[in-house]
Amino acid sequence: MNLGKIFHISGSALSAQSTRLNTIASNLANADTAASTPEAVYRARHPVFAATLEQATAGAGPQAQSAPGVRVTGIVESQAPPVARHDPGNPLADENGYVYLPAINTVEQMADMISASRSYSSSVEVLSTTRDLMLRTLQLGRG
Amino acid sequence: MSSITDRALGIHPQALAVAAKRVELLAANIANADTPNFKARDIDFRAALAQASGQQGMALATTRQGHISTGSGQPGGPAEMMYRVPNHAALDGNTVDSQLEHAAFAENAVRYQASLDFINSRINGLRKALKGE
Repeated sequence: MNLGKIFHISGSALSAQSTRLNTIASNLANADTAASTPEAVYRARHPVFAATLEQATAGAGPQAQSAPGVRVTGIVESQAPPVARHDPGNPLADENGYVYLPAINTVEQMADMISASRSYSSSVEVLSTTRDLMLRTLQLGRG
Repeated sequence: MSSITDRALGIHPQALAVAAKRVELLAANIANADTPNFKARDIDFRAALAQASGQQGMALATTRQGHISTGSGQPGGPAEMMYRVPNHAALDGNTVDSQLEHAAFAENAVRYQASLDFINSRINGLRKALKGE
């Protein structure tokens, strides 16, 4: 019986979701960042989640079955081609009068943000319930 | 644990242990709600409790090596984790149904608290008996 592991599991989920919120904030903030060349344009970032393999440390056999936490294995940059906009008045415009903007869909990012914040609060709820259970277990036989 | 407290507390310490294991699994399911290819897992409370308390019930005996084992192991061993059958398939291979997991988590928390309350009242009873009140 080990409720302490849950702090690790839900904590890793909180960390992963906050990484996701971070990248979304960065994407939204840079949605209108123009650049002079397609190469220099900001690219949307997305974290990649994976379940942590804690079985590796526990060895083989049924004892090794443990519940996995979440790990951010990396952050990938979107390969979507930048959007060219004709804006000759912009000081960043190239010789043809084009500036390049990242292909970031604001609505998509907002939806992603809501999903991330829901997942975050789910894990917070799990954490607080577990903490209550743990405290009650510690008070066993006191009254 | 001595046999007197063992008998006095009944099945509740085992139930507590099974519920604690289940809290862990459900927390992991909820934590991995957005992880691609994650498969939600759970344990059968009844079977796990029967196993934890050493009551195998009607188990089939395997007398030859080639026989298919029916139980999930020895009494007192770790409970077998099973994969949840998803109601709808997500495109990324994730089988976590957030609502379902939350409901299961809440139910399991209540179960845990019930076991705690039972143990608590048994301890109080024992204490009163020892004091001779």
